[in-house]
Amino acid sequence: MSGTHTHALFVHGHSHLHRLPASTKLGALGLFVLAVVLTPRESFWAFVVHAVLILSAMWLAGLKPGFVAKRLVIEIPFVLFALFLPFVAGGDKLDVLGLSLSIEGLWGGWNIVAKGTLGLAASIVLTATTTVPDLLSGLERLRVPRLITSIAGFMVRYLDVIAGEMHRMRLAMLSRGHDPRWIWQAKAYATSAGALFIRSYERGERVYYAMTARGFAGQMPTFDAERATATEWMGALLLPAVAWTAVAVAVLA
Amino acid sequence: MSVPALEVVDLSYHYPDGTEVLRNAGFHIHPGERVALLGPNGAGKTTLVFHLNGIFRPDSGSVIVAGLPLDDEHVKEIRRRVGIVFQDPDDQLFMPTVGQDVAFGPANYGVEGAELQTRVNDALSAVGMLDVAGRPPHHLSVGQRRRVAVATVLAMKPEIVVLDEPSSNLDPASRRELADILTSLDITMLMVTHDLPYALELCPRSLVMNEGSIIADGSTRQILSDRELMKANRLELPLGFDPNLTL
Repeated sequence: MSGTHTHALFVHGHSHLHRLPASTKLGALGLFVLAVVLTPRESFWAFVVHAVLILSAMWLAGLKPGFVAKRLVIEIPFVLFALFLPFVAGGDKLDVLGLSLSIEGLWGGWNIVAKGTLGLAASIVLTATTTVPDLLSGLERLRVPRLITSIAGFMVRYLDVIAGEMHRMRLAMLSRGHDPRWIWQAKAYATSAGALFIRSYERGERVYYAMTARGFAGQMPTFDAERATATEWMGALLLPAVAWTAVAVAVLA
Repeated sequence: MSVPALEVVDLSYHYPDGTEVLRNAGFHIHPGERVALLGPNGAGKTTLVFHLNGIFRPDSGSVIVAGLPLDDEHVKEIRRRVGIVFQDPDDQLFMPTVGQDVAFGPANYGVEGAELQTRVNDALSAVGMLDVAGRPPHHLSVGQRRRVAVATVLAMKPEIVVLDEPSSNLDPASRRELADILTSLDITMLMVTHDLPYALELCPRSLVMNEGSIIADGSTRQILSDRELMKANRLELPLGFDPNLTL
């Protein structure tokens, strides 16, 4: 059966970053993002430190800047919002090329773009070096409730299946003369969304039967995820440690 | 004779809307037998399958698996003993990796650690899929997924494996590979199928089901050669296929 591969975000590789246990990378990402969020927006040099950290992680993982840049595109709606801020925010104004910009708005916009980009780039490095099953077992290792990881797992597992069904329904519509370029034909899509929902609901029921048939009684079983060694934790936490040092210096200075 | 691996006695069931699906269906299967369950669409075959491990409960009649009656007390053990391979492997394979999916069943029965790993490896080896243990199921072909689905059931060490349309959606080579695997397994089997040559090849004995009852029970070759019986139950052989000339 065809279908897109769900590990579209993953880049095959054998770097140290690829080999680190998922739990340590998830921990490092969480701490790094927290450091980025807490960085005072005026401390430009601290943001440079964060950016250098991400660039070194990319270099270590063998990721090309173009790859990360392409994935950063998802951020555009937030960037647009940030560009909007200097025009609408109140407070003291600054005249630039005849435009009256709010100083508070400029800081606000910068804050969103800088922190958003850094956080997103760090997540891209994580997902490019860790497969989805590893991420899920890493989350379990970090004691995220099994209910949450199971739901995430099912979502990943069935995303392709449902996308495949949607694709087939689209082909069936095209084959019978439907031309989806025109907005007034959205009704056909709305109807097929309803049909897709019913189909997915029915599949959910069958999956539940299949689980029950193999002794499922409401509790997902646990599997031993790989246990990270102290050295691996130290290696992974090196990156957020530098970021936190930068934050501490920026706040105390 | 030995205790039947599976015994179905006078099973009746109707849907909540009143449609009668099973009507006094009864048969038994002895350890080591491979039996095909044949019948037209809507005969009640899949409904019957769901009764074999207590997902559906009958209005009357009973199911006994290796001497153990299907009731509230034994339903969990019955589900270990009766392994069902669903028609759509996407329904059966729901865990992030193939290995975890095969481990799901035994893990629910408290198997863990090294023994669980052995179970997973043995089951995947039996279907020739050990090398995909770490991969997500959606990266496999339909044929590979169907084989992994068989492994998920084998890992529970069942008394009987029930397969719902095992050859559907498979290309001829995958269909052949699956047949080779199924015949290599030393296990009791009930196979629901519309693929009559497949039934003849894999199952010496067949049951014919129609309108919720077992109409015929006998050697597959005899059943497929009985034109009256075949016609009355909407069963048709592929053009030019003569059950007495093959094998």
